[in-house]
Amino acid sequence: MADLAGDKAFLQFTNVKKTYDHKSLVVKDFNLDVAKGEFITLLGPSGSGKTTCLMMLAGFEDVTSGEILINGRSVTSIAPYARNIGMVFQQYALFPHMTLRENLAYPLKIRKRPKDEIRAKVDEYLSLVELLDFGNRYPGQLSGGQRQRVALARALIFAPDIVLMDEPLGALDKKLREQMQFEIKRLHEQLGFTVIYVTHDQTEALTMSDRIAVFNNGIVQQCAPPHVLYERPANLFVADFIGESNKLKGVIESVGEDSVQVRLEDGGLVSTLKANCTEVGQPTTVSIRPEKLSFNDRLGGAGNQVMARFVTRHYVGEYIRYHFETADGTELVVKNMNDSSAPQLSAKEEVALAWLPQDSQALDRPVA
Amino acid sequence: MSKIPAYYGFWHHLGSWLLKTSSWLVLLFLILPILVIIPLSFNVEPFFSFTEGMLTLQPEAFSLRWYEAIFSDTKWTLAIKNSFLIGIFATLIATVLGTCAAVGLARDDMPARRLITALLLSPMIVPLIITAAGMFFFYSDLGLAGNYLGVIIAHAALGTPFVIITVTATLTGFDYSLARAALNLGATPLRVFFDIIMPLIRPGVISGALFAFITSFDEVVVILFMAGPQQRTIPRQMFSGLREQINPSILAIATLLILVSIALLVTIELLRRRAERLRGVERID
Repeated sequence: MADLAGDKAFLQFTNVKKTYDHKSLVVKDFNLDVAKGEFITLLGPSGSGKTTCLMMLAGFEDVTSGEILINGRSVTSIAPYARNIGMVFQQYALFPHMTLRENLAYPLKIRKRPKDEIRAKVDEYLSLVELLDFGNRYPGQLSGGQRQRVALARALIFAPDIVLMDEPLGALDKKLREQMQFEIKRLHEQLGFTVIYVTHDQTEALTMSDRIAVFNNGIVQQCAPPHVLYERPANLFVADFIGESNKLKGVIESVGEDSVQVRLEDGGLVSTLKANCTEVGQPTTVSIRPEKLSFNDRLGGAGNQVMARFVTRHYVGEYIRYHFETADGTELVVKNMNDSSAPQLSAKEEVALAWLPQDSQALDRPVA
Repeated sequence: MSKIPAYYGFWHHLGSWLLKTSSWLVLLFLILPILVIIPLSFNVEPFFSFTEGMLTLQPEAFSLRWYEAIFSDTKWTLAIKNSFLIGIFATLIATVLGTCAAVGLARDDMPARRLITALLLSPMIVPLIITAAGMFFFYSDLGLAGNYLGVIIAHAALGTPFVIITVTATLTGFDYSLARAALNLGATPLRVFFDIIMPLIRPGVISGALFAFITSFDEVVVILFMAGPQQRTIPRQMFSGLREQINPSILAIATLLILVSIALLVTIELLRRRAERLRGVERID
């Protein structure tokens, strides 16, 4: 795992399993080491087990087997109210009968802090989320974004060791969501708490996290920093789930140290990075990001090549998407910046598409 | 009033007129026996019918003598005291038990929820005379017949279902992530209940309590079985008054009972509107 050298894991999930019905496992075998101050995102489709992991950490669900350790101490024996973990809920969960000030003061009141200190803290955190003038309002009188900020402040005000966020921005519109992502990042950098963030939105995960754990079917498919996840996905699921990818079917022809040669179905031979397909004769999927695939003349004949027929183009604004089809019907997408390099193509025109070996990977190919 | 549509013909008009008339008649039939008591309670004569003087609205035909009679008769004053004493304590017990039951029954992991609910609500459904007879035999063995404790417990049992129903109603759609949030912020389950759940279900608790109080306040069957002479309540005293000493003091006390009931029902309605308003504010997103 990345970036953990010399840093003893602050939060550890070890062989954590969870079942609700004693038949099927929702979380199959969850292992994760988190360093203090890290921003970790659990990313995956709904029902993949990511929220369950969060709930086990918060203490709202039992751990079926395995262990969760904070600072080396198992949390399973600690009651949810004694764990000192902050949480931001999907639907905010602000107390509707309390004003914002009362909402923020609540965790401090429970901890029996002196009144002056509570007042000062509430002021500090209200201004931190820029809601100082709204302190005497009730949550019902606020907009969605404002409530979200209060929920965030309330989860942070008692200086918890870890802050959990369960799709906290799911109910906001796109613009507000981007603003809040920035806000959360700012607070994280300013205050240095550890974050476990759950989302199914990959853009959100990529822009905010130090590391992302991609979940599917109760198993972590890959846990890595955003750029590794995007550029070196560990398997086809990750390549498909994070961003877009072009997939060419082939068979491993020969294996080198860092690269493999793949015989494509149309007969062409391409060179690509070694990933989770490493045996000669193994069926494989060559995965290439649409922005790494380009028209042949651009690379001047270097790199790999595949022939495809132009189908259609979509004008997106800052870039243009070109859709192609190979002889065997595989669909390919090329993203080209909307500049003078964007070519004009006529229908069914045959074009050579090219990419560099280091921009593609030989990933698993599910048997049809 | 709704506007009469332009396409209405003779039969439409006749039909709508008949509907209106019969609706009013049903309403009168229901409410007249209650309304008629009120003027009669001011009768100067010891009769249960309107005198000529009352019909011609002569001031000397009316008096407050029956009200005076009530408050100077120790039988009635004891009955009034008993009604409030028993009513208040029975309400307290019913409210605490009913609220706890409703909160427990609202949990997802509550086993045999339907069965328990049915059992708890059964005092509302089983004919009162059967409940009363059953209570009489059972409580007698425990030494609870003929004393305040027994009557209070019996009335608490009758009032609890009302509290369960009203509190359950406020708990449907209760956002349990609020309870989780409070736990997460460090509140023990007991604090979560008092700080978060209780304030939010309070309208249900209060209206349940008022229903429980009215139930006890108006109840006579159980009292007939369970109460000794010392525990006679207002309805019980009216019951014997009807047989032994027919005079309009019964009408005077009945009028007072009607006023208390109306006051309580108005309170319930105001609470309901308040609760709705609170929810309404939250719904603006």
